[in-house]
Amino acid sequence: MNQNVLMLMLQGASMTVRIFAVALVCSLPLGLIVAALRMSRLWIFNLPAKIYIVVLRGTPLMLQIFFIYFGPAFMPIFHFRWSDRVVAATVALVLNYAAYYAEIFRSGIEGIPLGQSEAGKVLGLSRVQTFFIVVLPQVIKRVLPPLANEVSSLVKDTSLIHVVGITELMLVAKQQASRLTNPLPYAVAALIYLVINTVVSRIMAAFEKKLSYYR
Amino acid sequence: METVLSVKGLRKSFGQLEVLKDISFDLGRGQVISVLGPSGGGKSTLLRCLTQLETIDSGRVEICGETLFADGKYAEKEALAKITLKVGLVFQNFNLFPHMSVTENIITAPMRVKKIPKDEAVETAKGLLAKIGLSDKADYYPYQLSGGQQQRVAIARALALSPEILFFDEPTSALDPELTGEVLRVIRSLADSRMTMIIVTHEMTFARGVSDRIIFMEGGVIVEDGDPEALFTNPKNPRTREFLSRAAD
Repeated sequence: MNQNVLMLMLQGASMTVRIFAVALVCSLPLGLIVAALRMSRLWIFNLPAKIYIVVLRGTPLMLQIFFIYFGPAFMPIFHFRWSDRVVAATVALVLNYAAYYAEIFRSGIEGIPLGQSEAGKVLGLSRVQTFFIVVLPQVIKRVLPPLANEVSSLVKDTSLIHVVGITELMLVAKQQASRLTNPLPYAVAALIYLVINTVVSRIMAAFEKKLSYYR
Repeated sequence: METVLSVKGLRKSFGQLEVLKDISFDLGRGQVISVLGPSGGGKSTLLRCLTQLETIDSGRVEICGETLFADGKYAEKEALAKITLKVGLVFQNFNLFPHMSVTENIITAPMRVKKIPKDEAVETAKGLLAKIGLSDKADYYPYQLSGGQQQRVAIARALALSPEILFFDEPTSALDPELTGEVLRVIRSLADSRMTMIIVTHEMTFARGVSDRIIFMEGGVIVEDGDPEALFTNPKNPRTREFLSRAAD
């Protein structure tokens, strides 16, 4: 293994980190929206959200990546093709993780005592104000630990998108290992994933600490 | 005496169970009414209907000249928002916002709802904290306070919106006995300053001493409504008599 190979792997890692970051930033708000729909009393909102969650959590992420990437090409009536495979793969990750985050948010929101929103209401806060000022800050504190697990899974699951030929860390490792007929690139990749996840979990722990000022 | 709350023929059911059956009473400005009666008698539901936490089924409710509910329907959204600010509610479980300091708990609604500038809201909060004897706890979080202190802050939070009427839903029921006194003292001082209040409580002696009027509720109806001394010394209704004698044990 030479410097050149290491360079290629670091470039792959950079792609991994960028896809991870975009997927995370997009899937969190989408998860919150899905959770809100899932908790609606109107079936027209909660039924699609329930189906979405069941399907996305109940089928393999790999299958979802294939389906989203190749699907449009097989359905010419939609006149749609992905211009960029990275976008397609990121969309797959976002849709999949939003389903998991939605369930975490839902349990977080349901865990906040009803009295909190009632207090907001009698104080004259609107429903939107009550949610954003009273409920959501408490939800964030509650969901951080389960969220941290999922975020760490997301780092690892970005490796699946190598199946559609995105030059991220996993693909580079695979290519270099077979080119060199040497497992070392896999070990290096493992080390890089570990470093990324260590940084990620440090950041999550810092958030948790920041919110530990109340109980 | 000016009537600030008028309730006529109020009804409320949860499914098949009728919790409030034809409730009628008026409340005058500066009056203090205590609502007594056994659990499940509809006392809390009454307060929750008047504060829009439960929907009214039928009847007529007017608060400070505004109609909250009449002829089977609620007032327009804007009128409801206006009425919300005229009444305050103190919960049994305080329901302080745990992620906010004592001061933030008090200033949030004045700032967000009444659009009062922060420095002004903080000044008001300071005044209220002095009044309830918690000036030194302004920057504490609810978990750092005793139950009695939390309930006093909850009272200050309700007062910060300067409501015309303050409702108390069993304000001392979640407290250890040694902490009820400090909360009752605050309520008594509000009564002395002629705050209009309805207090749902199981504290008989307190109710007798602080109220201008006592309403006894059981099974969703007002069984007796009258002067505290008369009601305690010579209750007309046998159910009231039985409840009071059992409560005195």
